[in-house]
Amino acid sequence: MRTEAPAEARCDHCSLPVPPGLFDPEADHQFCCAACATAYEVIHSCGLEQYYTLRQRLDDTPSAAMGAAASDHYDRYDDPAFHDLYVEASEDGLLCVELHVVGMHCAACVWLIEAVPGAAPGVVESRVDLGRSMVRLTWEPERIRLSKIARLIDSLGYPTQPTRGAALRALERREDRRLLILLAVAGAVAGNVMLIALALYGGSVRWLGGWMAPEHQLFFRWISAGLGVLAVAWPGGVFLRGALASLRVRRLHLDLPIALALVIGAAWGLANTIRDTGEIYFDSLTTVIFLLLIGRWIQRKQQRRAAGAVELLYRVTPTSVRLVRDGATEQVPIETLIPGAIVEVRAGETVPVDGVVVDGESDIDASTLTGESWPVRAAPGVNATAGGVNLRAPIRVRVEASGEDTRVGRLMRLVEESAQRRAPIVRLADAITGWFVGAVLILATLTAVAWLLIDPSRAVDNAVALLIVTCPCALGLATPLAVLVAIGRASRRGILIKGGDALERLARPGLVLLDKTGTLTLGKAALVRWEGDESIKPLVAALEAQVAHPIAAALVESIGAAGAHTIDHVEHTVGAGVAGHVDGRRLIIGSQAFVTSHVGALTEWTVGAIERCAAEALTPIVIAADGAPAAVAGLGDPIRDDAQPALDKLRAGGWRLGICSGDDPRVVRAVGARLGIDPADCIGAATPEDKLSRVREELHHGPVVMVGDGVNDAAALSAATVGIAVHGGAEVSLESADVACNAPGIAPIAELVAGATRTIHAIRRNLAASLFYNVVCATLAMTGVINPLIAAVLMPVSSVTVITLSFRARTFEPEA
Amino acid sequence: MSVLYIVVPLALVIVAAAIGAFVWATRTGQFDDLSTPGVRVLFDDEPTRKPADQPDNDGNQ
Repeated sequence: MRTEAPAEARCDHCSLPVPPGLFDPEADHQFCCAACATAYEVIHSCGLEQYYTLRQRLDDTPSAAMGAAASDHYDRYDDPAFHDLYVEASEDGLLCVELHVVGMHCAACVWLIEAVPGAAPGVVESRVDLGRSMVRLTWEPERIRLSKIARLIDSLGYPTQPTRGAALRALERREDRRLLILLAVAGAVAGNVMLIALALYGGSVRWLGGWMAPEHQLFFRWISAGLGVLAVAWPGGVFLRGALASLRVRRLHLDLPIALALVIGAAWGLANTIRDTGEIYFDSLTTVIFLLLIGRWIQRKQQRRAAGAVELLYRVTPTSVRLVRDGATEQVPIETLIPGAIVEVRAGETVPVDGVVVDGESDIDASTLTGESWPVRAAPGVNATAGGVNLRAPIRVRVEASGEDTRVGRLMRLVEESAQRRAPIVRLADAITGWFVGAVLILATLTAVAWLLIDPSRAVDNAVALLIVTCPCALGLATPLAVLVAIGRASRRGILIKGGDALERLARPGLVLLDKTGTLTLGKAALVRWEGDESIKPLVAALEAQVAHPIAAALVESIGAAGAHTIDHVEHTVGAGVAGHVDGRRLIIGSQAFVTSHVGALTEWTVGAIERCAAEALTPIVIAADGAPAAVAGLGDPIRDDAQPALDKLRAGGWRLGICSGDDPRVVRAVGARLGIDPADCIGAATPEDKLSRVREELHHGPVVMVGDGVNDAAALSAATVGIAVHGGAEVSLESADVACNAPGIAPIAELVAGATRTIHAIRRNLAASLFYNVVCATLAMTGVINPLIAAVLMPVSSVTVITLSFRARTFEPEA
Repeated sequence: MSVLYIVVPLALVIVAAAIGAFVWATRTGQFDDLSTPGVRVLFDDEPTRKPADQPDNDGNQ
């Protein structure tokens, strides 16, 4: 007989309801599926039970509302708008999506994320790509909803985020595969032609006893000619097309001498094969193609894409809202909103629209949008902007603008525009290429002309030899390899470099513009100064713990948990302060005016302390005990510990520093003064548009590196020469920056700049080495002493030199 | 050394087959992700079966 599962039976692992079929009255623990049971077992056998207690404790705290909001976040996964943007439908009615998984890094993560959703009914497949931190989910829409799968993965401790349209990625994947196939063909052909070449060279060295029958020699030459022509026509076609394109736009491109060498070399080699006389260069030609394609492939892996405005907006604002109609609320997609409608925003939720608060009182944290360190008060009549987070209590907002018409929507359009407008840099290798191509073409002509006068029979041979041996394969590898190695090492140091060119953009020192809130500072209020009686600190914390206010919360957090105190007679005056009895002592905590109104005039010392706070742009809080002022607390946003040393390093490297913040100018100047930044370069009260125009203006004078963390920095980040998003930044800023720091603080920025300089040096060394080989080869070819054997040896040696130099370069190693 | 006329073309046929195999592997996406399969071999067994497909074995249906 089967026992019915009690209605409240929940899975001990993921807290989802236990299906009746799986309820086991005998067991100590209940699970919703076999995978959860296994996950639970694994977690227990690893001694990680703490995970469950930790989770429970989080659920019990008042921040449970925040937790609910976080899972609300997944409701949008079922929106038609979401599906249009990210979900791909396959032929048999299945849906497919790729989600970015946060915090996945090892085999156990892969196992959990593949096994747990994979075992849920309706999920066809869950496939992880560890390298890109993605999971590809395939599911039956009739049996399960995506939001449920996402919550399941989230409940394991891995939040997910949607990523770019699958169609675009499929296109890129096809391109990746095509290049990989070309690479394989080129490699196979090069290896086999090399084997044949070995026989041909060996057979021609008579003093070693080598000898080859003429008919065998002819046979081998024909085989390598066949393979060589295949290599030039198929994988080499990449360069031929590139050269044609460069001719069409009349610009010298590295593909031009390559294509010339390939075509002339192959044609001449084929002619010599048919005539059965002279040199054939197919071994060198095929190696050139292979090595150059390796360079192309590496370079392709370093490209970065800019995100579109619509998608960025999607990351900031919710897509469904709670519409208030006739006193009741209902969930509707944001597209259906018209101005004048009323929406409800609960505590912990993001404000979805621009509008005016009509009901409710709360605090809105708009710091990522505005850079202001204090939450803004929301009360009837006050404007609320989309993207801010409602901290305390539910509010109702009358819609004025939604979607792309909101302030943040316009901002995201600016981000997209800036990314498109950004001037491409002239890469070092490209700059050299112009000269290189010209020089090779002139030298080849000179060689042909000179040898026509000296010995016409060798003119074509020598010119062709020159074209082939100067083929820039080391040159093509020099930059991508050095950058590849640097990016790999940087990522191990917590610096994620998204575009290969970001490092080269940092070559020339210029201006570093720093955001203040969250970048130079911790981004949340804390007790920075305390003057007066230290012994009343715990009493202050105990009293402030009774009040729900950002300043109170900051005081409580900075001072630490209060012990047991008897508290009574608490009176809270909104926007002024709080009074009450703690352990029998009467405390009055609040603004200068509030305390003055209770205890009369303040002492001279208190006023002095308040002035000292104001000088540092801190918010002064006066504390009076038993009718007399006892202490002054200065609250502010503390500067990060690592800010000063990091800025000193940047200065030593020749960079100018500036601050551009949305916060109060006085606060910005105070922070600047503490860090030794010229007050003229400390700009406060900057709107996101101001930041963008500041960056554009400074770009006329030189490179600008923008460092920021918020949505308000996004446009400036994408317009700057290099945008750097610091750890803990908003998703949009991570998306629009070239470099994202995965390590806290701004120390990684100094490291990045130093590493970039060393990478540039490594690139220069590589270019110098490859040019050196080319000069030697060109000289040998022009004087007519080159032969295919020397060419075949020099070619790989130059590439190996470049590879060795790249891997030995100390770009992002920890300093010894 | 007339064996060369057989052996060398044979070698080329093998190379062509290898290239063919690689092209097939690439087109079926086997090189799209190079890091996950490396850790996937560490999993002990097949992912657990779906509860819906699992026959109830306590016999009390």
